[in-house]
This record gives sequence, C-alpha cells and structure tokens, in this order.
Amino acid sequence: MNRFDWLPGFITLLAEERVAILHSDPILLAPAHCLHLDAEDWGRAARVASASGYRWAGLWGDPVDEQVRIYAVLAHEGDYLVLMTEVPLQAPVLASHTPYFPAADRLERHLHDLLGVDFQDHPDARRWTRHCAWPEDVYPLRSDFPVGGDSPKRAPADVDYPFERILGNGVYEIPVGPVHAGIIEPGHFRFQAVGEQVLRLEARLGYTHKGIEKIAVGRDASGLARLAGRVSGDSTVAHAWAACMAMERAAGVDVPPRALHLRALLAECERIANHLGDIGGICNDVGFAFAHQQFGRLREQWLRGNLAIFGHRLLMDVIVPGGVCRDLPEQWESIIKPQLSTLSRALDDLLAIIDDHSSLEDRLVDTGFLTAELAQMLGVTGYVGKASGQDFDVRRDHGYAPYDGLEVHSPCRTQGDVAARLQIRADEIRDSLNLINRLIQSLPAGPIAVDWPQSVRSSEGLAVVEGWRGEITSFVRFDEDGRVARFFPRDPSWFSLPALEHLVLGNIVPDFPVCNKSVNISYSGQDL
Amino acid sequence: MAAWGFALIQSLLYLALAPLLVGWVHKVKARLQNRRGAPIWQPYRDLYKLFAKEARMAHTASLLFRAAPYIVFVATWLAAAAIPLLSTDLPTAAMADVIVIAGLLGLARFFLALAGMDVGTAFGGMGASREMFVSALAEPAMLMAVFTLAMTAHSTNLASVVEYQLLGEPFLRPSYLFALAALVLVAIAETGRIPVDNPSTHLELTMIHEAMILEYSGRHLALMEWAAQLKLLLYAALLVNVFLPWGIAQSIRPDMLGMAFVLLVVKLALLGVALAVSETVLAKMRLFRVPAFLNLALLLALLGLMSHVILEVGS
Repeated sequence: MNRFDWLPGFITLLAEERVAILHSDPILLAPAHCLHLDAEDWGRAARVASASGYRWAGLWGDPVDEQVRIYAVLAHEGDYLVLMTEVPLQAPVLASHTPYFPAADRLERHLHDLLGVDFQDHPDARRWTRHCAWPEDVYPLRSDFPVGGDSPKRAPADVDYPFERILGNGVYEIPVGPVHAGIIEPGHFRFQAVGEQVLRLEARLGYTHKGIEKIAVGRDASGLARLAGRVSGDSTVAHAWAACMAMERAAGVDVPPRALHLRALLAECERIANHLGDIGGICNDVGFAFAHQQFGRLREQWLRGNLAIFGHRLLMDVIVPGGVCRDLPEQWESIIKPQLSTLSRALDDLLAIIDDHSSLEDRLVDTGFLTAELAQMLGVTGYVGKASGQDFDVRRDHGYAPYDGLEVHSPCRTQGDVAARLQIRADEIRDSLNLINRLIQSLPAGPIAVDWPQSVRSSEGLAVVEGWRGEITSFVRFDEDGRVARFFPRDPSWFSLPALEHLVLGNIVPDFPVCNKSVNISYSGQDL
Repeated sequence: MAAWGFALIQSLLYLALAPLLVGWVHKVKARLQNRRGAPIWQPYRDLYKLFAKEARMAHTASLLFRAAPYIVFVATWLAAAAIPLLSTDLPTAAMADVIVIAGLLGLARFFLALAGMDVGTAFGGMGASREMFVSALAEPAMLMAVFTLAMTAHSTNLASVVEYQLLGEPFLRPSYLFALAALVLVAIAETGRIPVDNPSTHLELTMIHEAMILEYSGRHLALMEWAAQLKLLLYAALLVNVFLPWGIAQSIRPDMLGMAFVLLVVKLALLGVALAVSETVLAKMRLFRVPAFLNLALLLALLGLMSHVILEVGS
C-alpha cells in the first residue's frame, strides 16, 4: 500500500461534485497533502469526504492580513489530507462540516468564538469556549485584540448557557461541577435523568481557557515549545513533541536520530505513567481501593525513575525545538532496566488480580458501551477508539520517526465498554515497555539537538503524533520575522468528550464517574 | 440509682469509642493496601477540627437543616444507649426494646433525608432518595432478624436476649446463624459500607450517605460524622454482644466490668478487621444490585424465623 493512493480517486469524486481545486500542494504541510478549495465548495467537499468514509481530524483558522485561512484535516489509511480555503475577515462565512461530520461540532463553535467565523447550517449555534469573559462580538484571535487580553477584572459568571432540557414526568436535572468534590479539572456536566437512568448528558467546558492560541503569537520556537508543554499537563511530552515537529517541518530542520529516539522514550514513559494512574483511577471509582493504591504506587515509582533519568517527574520541557535538551545520565541503564523489570512483574500480578475479580468485573463489563459505528463517526482515537474497534495508531499507521523504523504493535478490542478501555490501557503499557526495550537497544549515538536556524521565514508546518490519549495534531505558522504567528494544538479530547456524552446514555447516574474516568478527557487540552 | 449512673457512663463510652472503631477500620484497611495509614485516633482529630470550624449554611437552608444534626445525633445516641455494651444490667435496655431502637434509627434517618433535601441541591435529593431506597429494604430484614432472636428469648428487650444467650443454651442454633448472617448484611447496608456505599469516596454521583451531608460544615458536619460513627459502633455492639455475648457483665461489679471491657475491645477489634478485609477485597456494587443484596438479608432472616418455628419450638 502506497501513501495517498486513495487521493486521485477522491479528487475525481470532488470533480464530479463540481468542487474546484484551486491548488493541490503536497509540499506545504508535508507529509500531509494540502488541497486549496474555493470557499463556496467547503461544505460539498466535506460531503464527499464523509461519503468516502474518511475521518475528520481537526479544524483551525488562521487570520492572515484581511483573510482568514481555514484548514480542516481529514485522515484516511494513515494519510492526512488538509482542506484549505480563505474567507474575508470582514465577512467570514463558511459552510459547516458538522452535518457530515458530527466530530466537527465543537471545533467549529470554538473557531467561531475565537475568530468569528460564521458556520452556516451548523446545527448548534451556542457558544462553546466563550463564557462571559469577553463580549459576544469580540474575537480574541483577531489582530485587534491585545495579546495581554482586555478581560474585566472579574468575569461575570457563566450562568445563562442554554442547556438542552428534557421535559417529562419524573425527569430531573443534575448539575455537576465545575467545582468537584475531588481534585480534578473543572468542567460542568448537566444530566437529564429519570430515576437513576441518564437520558442525556451535556458537558460544558471552557473553565480552564488560558488563551494558549493567543499567547503563542509572537513567541520564538523555544518559547512555543514550553507553551505547548502546558496545553495539557499530563500530555506535556506529546504536545511539546507535536509542536516541535510542526516547527521543525516548517523550518526544514532535521532532528538528529538520537534526539528522536529520546523523544520516543519520553513519549512512552509518559504513556505508561498516565495509563498506570488511569487503571488505578477506574478501580477507585468503583470502590476498589486496593488496586488504586497499588497502581498509585507503581506510578509514583515510575515518576521517580523519570526524575532520575530525565530530570523531571512529568518530563516537562525536555523536548525542545531541534532535539531534546538533555541527554541520558551516565548511569541511566542501571536505573531504567530495574524499573522496567519491576514494573512488568508487578503488572502481571496486579492485572491478574483485576482480571479475576468478579465484583470488579460486575461493575466494568458492559458499562459505558460505545459502539464501533459511533466511535468511527465521532473520529475517536486512542484507547477509547481502540476499545471500540478503531484499529488506528499514528505511530504504526502514519509512521513518523523513530517509530517508522520499529515495528509498533497497537492493541484493538471490540467490546467497547469500560473493561475494554481498561484492558487497552494494560495492553498499551506492555507494548510501551516492549518499545522502550527496543528503543534503548537501538539507541544511536550522536548529538541530541541541532541549533535552531535564524533564517525561518513565513512558513508553516503540521505534525501528527500519538499522545497517550490518542492522535494529536499541531499546526504552526511562522511570520516573516521567524516568530510564531499561529499555533493550534488539537487534543484527542475534542472527539472523546462527545463519545463520553453518548456512551453514558442508558447507564445509571452512579456509574457515570467510572465511565468518565475510563475516557479521561483533558479539559485543559480543549479549553486552550 | 447506680444502674442509672452506669447507663450514663456506658452511653458516654459509646461516644468515646465510636471514632476509635472507625480509626481502627481505616488503619487496618490502609495496612491491607500496603499503606501506613493515618493514626487510629485520626477521627478524634477530625471531629475536634470540625467542632472548631465555622458552620457555613446555604442561603436556602431552613431551620430544619440547622436542627437535623442535633436530632440525628441525639436519636442515634439514644438508640445506642439502649444496647448493652458492657453489662446487661441496663435500665435503658429495659425501657427501650429493639423496636424502639429501630424507631430511633428510623427517626434519625428521616431527619437526615429531610436535611439532604432541604437545601435543594441535586446531590442531597439524590442521596436522600437512595437512602430511602436502601432503608426501605433493610428495615424489614432487620426487624425480621431481630424477631427471630426475640422469639427464642421470649422478649424484645436486648438485655434479656443477651442474658438468655448466656444461660448456656446451645449457641449453634440454625435460627441464630441465619439471623446473624441477615443482620451482618443489614448492618453493612445501614452503616453505608462497601459494597453498598463507599464512605471514603469523593464522587458526588455515587454517594448515598455522604451526598446527604455534602452541604454540612463545621460542628454540624462533626455531629453528622459522629452520628455515623456511633451507628457503626451500635451495629457492631449489637452483633458481638447478641451473638458472642461471653464476657459481658451481668451486674455492675468493677472486676466484671473490667473483664467485659477488655473482651469487648478484643471482639470489636476482630470485627473491625473482618470489616476492613471485606472492604478491601470487594468493589462497590452497582446501585441496582443493592435490592438483591438486601433481599438476601430478608430471605436469611425469614429462614431464621422459620427454622426457629420448625426446629426449635417445643424441642
């Protein structure tokens, strides 16, 4: 199978639908292929893509002079196709992709809130990222909005968001959050329930909006890498890697092989730590504290290993543009090898207990069921997708360095319930341990970074990496001075949150926490 | 008069020991999870801390919300005072039989549920509805189990039941074993332990008891927590003293009381270990499995009653 052997067929279909391709560009956002379309044809192109079964994987806008460039990413067979068009900033009106791709819903609303692009035929005109910190007709990503923001000292409470209500005998509403009894990210959940049964769940995020996209503007490359590492604290490696890869592609920088290996090592360490925490968390949410403590202990030991090897427990700021900022310490082998063997032995014991535990099985099996059709329609990746038959992994199917030189195994299950999502995490930990073993065996010698070139001018790059939650795409454009003009990181949570809202339906209210934990979306990653 | 003085002391002992039992269970659970855990007197510190804190009230709270902690606490305490702890020579037990105890606990629950709904938050209402759902199934099972004992001892007075046990009748009566099993299940449900409820959860949506007291703070919360601890001790004392009464004093002589105290502490400690083990090996069950759990309790209690009638009456 060759890359993009499906593209000519798609272009033919577009031509049949009278979609004019202004420019077909394999270079601009390589290895993704970019199709420049007329704004008129935006909706029809999505219809064709939807009919062809492509996955919709992201959307962002980039204000350039008096135009807004809109990019939408489509994925198929591990290749990425970017649709691009331009609309005037004064009247940015575009057809919505949401009727064809439900996954587009919230990203389009986000783009409307931040840039004022008006998506016609969008089925849901409510605001998403905007609470009440800035007025309705103000769009923070436009150039007339100050980088420091001009929000009032005290933003008014976001009280009038129109949740959809279900009316009926015995139907009641349960508002949960944004302040929760545990220490978790702030997000609001609005349940419509009858008795204990959930009829509808609507999430409301935006409480951790940090203005990431705006404060990225004007940064240099290393400043952006630091910022990207803070898009979502638990995915700091994945987001920093995605941002650096996008910048390196824009600048044409070749990262030394040793740095790539170290990055992969970091990414797998991050994946293991988070999956360990999540498995314990899922068990804790059904009152099985023993597993929570044990997985908490394993995670803590793993994080201490991170500190000893990479100098930071959560691996923040190790990845820098052009490579990584620190090499392994001299005695790294004597630290990492016992770590790996201890973890893999402890994991065997603990997972055996979890597998055999009937009262745990009673809670996890068949809870929070997500069908494969829905997972595909919502474009869910990562463990949520893999537990519902979506056999896709960027490392294996898109093949970026250094994974293209390794045989990456990716688990896939079809049960689609909480138990399957837990099992996928366990499988991924084992695969990651395996990968780490092979990475350290084949670790090349050489430099760990190259200097960042001073000559970067007006260029853009797109990167896709497999974070521990799933596929992350990151877009960067440099201006004529080599500073960041636009940065958009797309966390996989944009798609797993709608999946959560669906998979909880028909479950009982007290089972929501465990469903939520099994999906574990990042609020910060999509509040931006 | 001395008996009344002793009854007072014993009821104070309930107050003093209740946090210790919870602290002990926490400690054993922590050990079973390979943790060091908090010291066993941590619940005392928590109560002390809460009593010193300001009690905040929701704007929508009515007088009921303020009064409920006192009512719940006093009703639970009165119920506890009627259950022999160290001695069966207890005037309170003579005044209040098992049905009164069940009634007092019902009163406490009634006000607890009302207080949960009073503020008008979704969680309080949810907790109240779940509490009623659980207790509606638990109470018949409890009464049925207790009636089995009462039929054997020909009295609903707990002190008489315990004394009847001490007379040397064969302990391994089928009716008692069935009643014991039923009461254990009821006690787990009524005191909000795993697998029915999880007292240490932070997840609002899964809570039963905690959801009702979510809006409480300061001394009100302290009273609610203390009442919950009392209830645990009350059920523990009921189980150990009715089914394993040996060592309990039958008069209030100091040497007998001392012996009774030591044995009581040992028995409660063992029961605490059993509770901690079961909470460690079990996950919380799905809410809609609770009826099956309590139906089992009711069934066991009925079997106890029937086996008493069939096997023991007249023999």
